Amino acid sequence: MTIAKQPTEPYNLPDERGHFGPYGGVFVAETLMYPIEELNRAYQHYIKDPEFLAELDHDLKHYVGRPSPIYHAERLSRHLGGAQIFLKREDLNHTGAHKVNNTVGQALLAKRMGKTRIIAETGAGQHGVATATVAARLGLECVVYMGSVDVARQAPNVLRMRLLGATVMPVESGSRTLKDALNEALRDWVTNVDNTFYIIGTVAGPHPYPAMVRDFQAVIGREARKQMQEMTGRQPDALVACVGGGSNAIGLFHPYIEDREVVLYGVEAAGDGIETGRHSAPLTAGRPGVLHGNRTYLMEDEDGEIIETHSISAGLDYPGVGPEHAWLKDSGRAHYVSITDAEALEGFHALTRMEGIIPALESSHAVAYAMKLASTMDKDQQILVNLSGRGDKDINTIASREGIHL
Amino acid sequence: MSRLKAKFEALKQMRRKALIPFITAGDPNPEFTIPALHALVKAGADMIELGVPFSDPMADGPVIQRASERALAHKMGLRRVLQLVKEFRAEDCETPVVLMGYLNPIEAMGYQAFAERARDAGVDGVLTVDLPPEESSDLLPLLEEAEIDPIYLLAPNSTGERIRRMDRLGCGYLYYVSLKGVTGASHLDLDDVRRKLSEIRKLTDLPIGVGFGVKNAELAAAVGKLADAVVVGSALVERIEAARSADQALKDIVDLLQSMRAALDAMS
Repeated sequence: MTIAKQPTEPYNLPDERGHFGPYGGVFVAETLMYPIEELNRAYQHYIKDPEFLAELDHDLKHYVGRPSPIYHAERLSRHLGGAQIFLKREDLNHTGAHKVNNTVGQALLAKRMGKTRIIAETGAGQHGVATATVAARLGLECVVYMGSVDVARQAPNVLRMRLLGATVMPVESGSRTLKDALNEALRDWVTNVDNTFYIIGTVAGPHPYPAMVRDFQAVIGREARKQMQEMTGRQPDALVACVGGGSNAIGLFHPYIEDREVVLYGVEAAGDGIETGRHSAPLTAGRPGVLHGNRTYLMEDEDGEIIETHSISAGLDYPGVGPEHAWLKDSGRAHYVSITDAEALEGFHALTRMEGIIPALESSHAVAYAMKLASTMDKDQQILVNLSGRGDKDINTIASREGIHL
Repeated sequence: MSRLKAKFEALKQMRRKALIPFITAGDPNPEFTIPALHALVKAGADMIELGVPFSDPMADGPVIQRASERALAHKMGLRRVLQLVKEFRAEDCETPVVLMGYLNPIEAMGYQAFAERARDAGVDGVLTVDLPPEESSDLLPLLEEAEIDPIYLLAPNSTGERIRRMDRLGCGYLYYVSLKGVTGASHLDLDDVRRKLSEIRKLTDLPIGVGFGVKNAELAAAVGKLADAVVVGSALVERIEAARSADQALKDIVDLLQSMRAALDAMS
């Protein structure tokens, strides 16, 4: 496969079949082709419809609480003695993470399409909660698939979804985690295509999902451009965001892709360390393949069977990654690095103690990398970190990891 | 002429419907597969669909999912599946074998290497569940060169345009997924199948196999009235799963297939 050094200018991927270079596309069983084409038609129509966009903006402002602020982490920056660290506060959104930007958008689309039933997959439960939330608001039936391993380790989010009226379906197949929840949601969709809208939570899945979820999340980067200009009179030197499927990262990166002076860093979960094999870093240590409807980097064995992943953060515990990230990696536009569980915890504690902000374990990976990076940069340089979620949901994980009894 | 095409033509002359059993390679263990394939042929199979285990079988119901998991516990990946086909071919060079599975194992092996190794093993057709025609332009010429038929799926919601495309690209037969759902589902509606097949027949001359939800001899006969080939998968795999021994499993799948064969032959 031939790969251009840089993406085309101006950046306008994906193509109409959903390809980002060799990545993305539509790799699904025939039964799903019709609903995917139906969804793509609706999405292409409404994403340009002023009335739809006005309703979306209204909901993002009054329901989600946008724009989310940007905060200058002065004390942390001073402590590190390098670049100035700024935080895009997606943790302050309704439901506590960036996930809701996308579920609000897709739920409005579902309503326009006349669908009465919403399904979703979830790992840590943040996307499940964000989906159950919008389903409750619109009065739509909601079923969330969640691996039984995750059901056990994310009990508070399971209860939240149930309180919001969703049915949580534990998935017992495969590794009983996020990827298996996605398989099960696809099976549900195949069976109930007529009345069901599948809200995928990340920039993966068959086209148009990677582009659609990106477009709903790109509000993060659009706001950031404006806010950084207002706050500092210029754009940051580097952006840092964690990458599981990669929706918060692409949301921040996308409006900056043509802005070559801004360096983009996606941070994968190195788990126990890349060298141990117990990690969730397909861009760092995987290879291209096809899973869940798109071609992208995957963690797989030599027979192409998907292997189990590991991360302290359930939200990063996924063997694939959005196809646009695969393309940004190959084209050299973005850099992908990794942070171990132990380093993420250091980032978690540093931000909590020095800035009074408890970050999600996912976002702690971005914080930890930004801390490393800042130390190598000058004081008048700037790093913008996407603080994608708040850490309240993770206190049980922290407690058990550090031997604390609650 | 490909083995599949020749087989369908011969069956047509005999006015006989094709019966196609599906089992997952390596389920419940690698030793079971070769004897099972020979036994199924003896029991009346005209061709075989052999499932390639995959860790994430998105279009399959729980029965085939568990079969994949049992096979993968024995490390039954694509390379070993091809080895099994080769072993089968040592004694049977007549019965067409179609590999049915997902794309990623083929991606991992590499398209070129896969096409060559599959040809060398004696594979006749490849049905890749998650490779629609839109994405298959790289693999198709390699399969053609290796004289392997690409088998495509059709679904109840496939549009006329898509049916025509499958007709152009597909060889051997088209596999009509008889319901909206995963393998092994239980709401097969024969009237729907009849309506859709008459629409499909207007757009293609390829033989049409029908699968998903064919559980017993009675349903096999009913589907056989409408289609050129009847595919039975989950019902066989369920019996393999339930059996207490390999001998029992062999006997149970042979019994089921024989009853379907008898029912199909009785109607013609």
